[in-house]
Amino acid sequence: MKSQLILACGALAREIQALIDLNGWDHLHLHCLPAKLHLYPDKITQEVEKAVLKFRADFDTIFVAYADCGTGGGLQAKCAELGVEMIPGPHCYSFYEGNDRFAETSVDEITAFYLTDFLVNQFDAFVWKPMGLDRHPELRDTYFGNYTKLVYQAQTNNPDLDAKAIVIAAKMGLPLERRFTGYGDLEVALAAVHPT
Amino acid sequence: MSDDQDDIILSELSDDDLVLQMQDDLYDGMKPEIIESVNILLERKWLPYDILTKALVEGMRVVGDDFRDGILFVPEVLLAAGAMKGGMSILKPLLIETGAPRLGAMVIGTVKGDIHDIGKNLVTMMMEGAGFDVTDLGINNAVEGYLGELESGKYDILGMSALLTTTMPYMKIVIDTMVEKGIRDDYIVLCGGAPLNAEFGAAIGADAYCSDAAVAVETAKELMAKKHNQVGA
Repeated sequence: MKSQLILACGALAREIQALIDLNGWDHLHLHCLPAKLHLYPDKITQEVEKAVLKFRADFDTIFVAYADCGTGGGLQAKCAELGVEMIPGPHCYSFYEGNDRFAETSVDEITAFYLTDFLVNQFDAFVWKPMGLDRHPELRDTYFGNYTKLVYQAQTNNPDLDAKAIVIAAKMGLPLERRFTGYGDLEVALAAVHPT
Repeated sequence: MSDDQDDIILSELSDDDLVLQMQDDLYDGMKPEIIESVNILLERKWLPYDILTKALVEGMRVVGDDFRDGILFVPEVLLAAGAMKGGMSILKPLLIETGAPRLGAMVIGTVKGDIHDIGKNLVTMMMEGAGFDVTDLGINNAVEGYLGELESGKYDILGMSALLTTTMPYMKIVIDTMVEKGIRDDYIVLCGGAPLNAEFGAAIGADAYCSDAAVAVETAKELMAKKHNQVGA
């Protein structure tokens, strides 16, 4: 049976599945690409293209659950070429907060380092270790010296993640601001993927 | 590179061995050893320019090559850069005093709205190492900041850096303003940053996009030579 495929960044897997379950969006099938692609943004576009070409015969529509994500407009151009929709906005920090709101507030917040539920959970694997800070903690200020605060954009209310965020903030040497965003424009974008 | 660093007494090495050891130490990000070696070579009456080019720049060239080839990663490059910075802090004033050859002058900065400076700092250091005078405007630079600095008349090159998709378009604002003021062609404009590419560089009217610090140096040298040839023609 053909239906809609959500081709998503692995960093959104848990959130998208939660939204599918919450809203009863049974027409949506989820397939994720490795979240680690974010460490090499230049590879995202080609990997998304490969996956779209692989799955397009099996689904009525494919929705790409990525924002621009550091591709410099490349992903948007490729999606347009492939005839598939994607999430508007520069990155997940923006669409979780709401793209319009983020565009307004981020101007005054350029020294904020953002984390999501996913990144709080996977901080060591996706931030600390890839930056070599497990081996070279002396590089911490080289990486984070220009930041003045850590903003934890919480998609859920989870005391365990709140506790982890506090530890991370201490590790980074930054004051922590917890900001509940929920799923923001991610939910809006997925809700627009209608059954055919 | 070497595992037996503790056994090496730098001051006992011959000049040639010490230079090779410095390249190894740079690769391994060993700042105190680099500082010690620079001082040893100065005591042996080496010219600051020779220490810079034969030991430090050559060492960083290997680091750059191995980064490009996926052998070294950002943390290691940063440590190597930190070691080079240690050496440069001693050599920089001496290079000026001894009249070492200068290739040109560059003003560089991260664009407005962006605070990312790791790549820019690497470019600054490599450009200085290659013989350029570099003024680093730091992060979050508005067009007025760039143009105000260019007004001093001492620069050949403007370098702009951005890490964010949301901030990289600001480079075009700077270049468009230069065009409006009729000064665009007075400068070589280089751009760089993770989300950029050559097409973007061309689209905004930069002279070149530089994918990393080593490329920035080579591109700057090439375009400066071209500029001189044009002036001479």
